[in-house]
Amino acid sequence: MNFFSFEEKLIPLDEWVQTFVDWLVYNYRDVFQTIKAPIEVCLKSFEWLFNAMPPLVMIILLAIAAWRYAGKKTAIFTVVSFLLIGYLGLWDETMTTLAMVISSVFFCALVGIPLGIMAGRSERFELFLRPALDAMQTIPPFVYLVPVVMLFSIGTVSGILATIVFALPPIVRLTNLGIRQVHPELIEAALAFGATSGQVLRRVQFPLALPSIMAGLNQTLMMALSMVVIAALIGAGGLGNPVVQGLNTLEIGLASIGGLAIVLLAMVLDRITQGFGKK
Amino acid sequence: MADNIKIKVENLYKIFGPHPKKALKLLSDGIDKETIFDKTKTTVGVQNASFEIHTGEIFVIMGLSGSGKSTIVRMINRLIKPTSGKVLIDGKDVVQMDEDELVKIRRKKMGMVFQSFALMPHMTVLQNAAFGLELDGIDVKTREARALKALEQVGLETWANSKPNELSGGMQQRVGLARGLAVDPDILLMDEAFSALDPLIRTEMQDELLKLQEKEKRTIVFISHDLDEAMRIGDRIAIMEGGRVVQIGTPEDILQNPANDYVRAFFRGVDPTNILSAGDIAVKTQVTVINHPGKGARAALQRLAGYDRDYGYVLDNNRRYLGVVSTDSLRALIDKKGDTKDITKAFLSMVTARNSSDSMQEILPDITEVPCPLPIVDDEGVYIGVISRNLFLETLHRSEINTDEHEMVQ
Ligand SMILES: Nc1ncnc2c1ncn2[C@@H]1O[C@H](COP(=O)(O)OP(=O)(O)OP(=O)(O)O)[C@@H](O)[C@H]1O
Ligand SMILES: [Mg+2]
Repeated sequence: MNFFSFEEKLIPLDEWVQTFVDWLVYNYRDVFQTIKAPIEVCLKSFEWLFNAMPPLVMIILLAIAAWRYAGKKTAIFTVVSFLLIGYLGLWDETMTTLAMVISSVFFCALVGIPLGIMAGRSERFELFLRPALDAMQTIPPFVYLVPVVMLFSIGTVSGILATIVFALPPIVRLTNLGIRQVHPELIEAALAFGATSGQVLRRVQFPLALPSIMAGLNQTLMMALSMVVIAALIGAGGLGNPVVQGLNTLEIGLASIGGLAIVLLAMVLDRITQGFGKK
Repeated sequence: MADNIKIKVENLYKIFGPHPKKALKLLSDGIDKETIFDKTKTTVGVQNASFEIHTGEIFVIMGLSGSGKSTIVRMINRLIKPTSGKVLIDGKDVVQMDEDELVKIRRKKMGMVFQSFALMPHMTVLQNAAFGLELDGIDVKTREARALKALEQVGLETWANSKPNELSGGMQQRVGLARGLAVDPDILLMDEAFSALDPLIRTEMQDELLKLQEKEKRTIVFISHDLDEAMRIGDRIAIMEGGRVVQIGTPEDILQNPANDYVRAFFRGVDPTNILSAGDIAVKTQVTVINHPGKGARAALQRLAGYDRDYGYVLDNNRRYLGVVSTDSLRALIDKKGDTKDITKAFLSMVTARNSSDSMQEILPDITEVPCPLPIVDDEGVYIGVISRNLFLETLHRSEINTDEHEMVQ
C-alpha cells in the first residue's frame, strides 16, 4: 500500500464524529433538553414583553435610550428606523429578532464575562481558553448547525444556542483584555492596603475593565445580529425568515426588506450600546 | 533597646526566576550574581539583607537602579514573597503568615506610597484617601471623616470630590500620602514616593513629610535614589548594591566613613559643607562654666587658668548656653571693681551661638569672624559643643580625601 497516494481515506474522522454525536443524542438528549429550559424562559419573557408592548411605547423607550446614551441625532434616527420597519410590515419579526438577540447577548455575558475575568487573572486559564476561542471564531457556523439541531431540535432556542457559540468570543476576549490592561501598580496598591483577591476584582479590576467589557458587549451584539439569517435556517424565525424565504423563492424584494430591517436594527443597537461604555 | 525595634530583617533573599533553590545554592558557594544569571536565567534581587529599623525613625534605602530597593520594601509587606529569610514586624514573621494574617497586618499596620502615585482613576480623591479603610470594612461615614482629616493634613480637603486626573503630580502624591495616613499605620512604606515630582515640589513634600513626622512619629521606610533626599529626611540610611546592603548608618557616618567605592560614588560632587550640620562636627573640648549665684568672675577666671584656656562657655543649670567669656573680659570686669558676681557683663558681644542643624556652609562666616571656637546649641538652646577653625578645616579636608581616593580608583 502506498501511504502517499492519498487515494484512500485512512482516517475515517467523519464517521467517528457521526458516531459520537449519535451516541450523545441517543444517551443524553434529555440532558440537552434541560439545558434549553433557561434559554427558553429568557427568550419567551422577552418575546412576550416586546409583543405585549404597544409599538409606540417601544419606539419611545428606544428613542429615550438612544437620546441618553448616544445623543439627539441617534434618537431621531431610531424613531425613523423603527417607523420604517413598522411600515414595511416587519414589526413582529423585528421584535422576535430583538428578543432573540438580547437573549443571546444576555447568555453570552453571563458566560463570557466570568470566563474573561478568569482568563484575565490566570495565565494558565488563558492559555487553555485561547484555542477554544480561536476555534469558535473560525469554524463556519454551518458546521455546528447540524449537531445543535440534533441535540436541541429545530427552533428559536437552537438558533440562540448557535448564536451564542458564534458571538461569545469577543466578550471573553475584551473582558480578558480589560482585566489585563489594569495597571499592575494599582493592583499592588490595593494589595498593599490589605485587599483580598475578591476586593481587588470588585473594587479595582472590574470597574477599570468596564469600558472594555462594554466594547465586548457591543461586538457580541453585532455578531449576534449577523447570525440572524443563519439562525433562521434552523427555524429561529424573526427577521431571518423573509431573507431565507426570499432566497428560496427568488423573491428579491422580500429578501431586501428583511435585510434592510436587520441593518437598521443593527445600527440603532450599535449606537446605543457604544454609548454604554462611555457613560 | 530590643523593644525599640519595629522591623527586623534577617538574612533576606529574593531570587526571581525558575530555579530559586539552585541559585541560592550557587550564592552560598560564592558564585556572583552575573554568573548565576548566565547559568540559570534567574535574577538575584536581594541577597542576605539584614537590618533593623527602629520605631519612629525614617529609614532610607538608597542605591542605583536595579539594586533591589523596591524588592526589599515589597518583602516587608510581602507584596513579594521572600525566597528565604525573615521579616519580623513587632516580632512576628511576615514570611510565615497565612493569607488572613497578612491581609490583617497590611490593613492595620502598614501604609504604602508609590512612585507612580497608583491612585484609583475611577474614584474621587476622598474615596481614594478612604480606600484602605474601605477595604477594612469601615462604614462610609467613619471612613470618609477619617479620610477627610488625612486630606486636611496634606492640605487637599477642598479637592475631596475631584478625580485624581484633575490634580497636578504633586497634588496626586499628596493624595497618595493621605491614603497612607488615613489608615493611621505604624509603618509607612514609601517607594521613591517623591521621585516623579519636580525638584521644587519634591523638597516641599519632603518638608511636609518631616512636619507630619514631628507631630506623629511613624516608622517610615523610604526608598530613594537621590542622595540629597536621603540626607535631608533620613535618620539612618542603608545603601544597596547589586541586591546587597553594603552600609547602614546615619548620613554623617556614611559620608565620613564610606564603606567602599560604590558608596563613595554616591557622594561624588556632593559638597560636604551642605550635608554636615554644625551639630555633626561640634565637639565638647572647651571649658564650661555653670552660672549660678555665688560663683562670679573670679571663680570663672580660676577655672580657666586651671585648664590653661582663654575662653569659657557659660551655661545655666539646665546646660543652656548663655554666653562666652574670655580671660581678658573677666579680668576687665574684676578690674572695674564693680559687681564681679554678674558674669554676664563679661560676655563677648560678637559671639552668638548657632543652631546644631545649620549647615557648615551657613556657619562659615561666623567661624571666620569670631575669635573663639563657635558655640553650637540645639533647638532648646542647650549647649552641644563648639567648632573651632581647625576642626572646620579638618572636616572639609577629610571629605575631600574621600572623593579624591575614589577618582584615583576609577
Ligand atoms: N518580577 C521580577 N522578575 C524578574 N526580575 C525582577 C523582578 N522584579 C525585579 N527584578 C530584578 O531584580 C533586581 C532588583 O529590582 P528592584 O526593582 O528591586 O530594583 P530597584 O532598586 O527598585 O530599582 P529602580 O531604582 O529601578 O526602581 C533587578 O535586577 C530587577 O531586574
Ligand atoms: Mg524601584
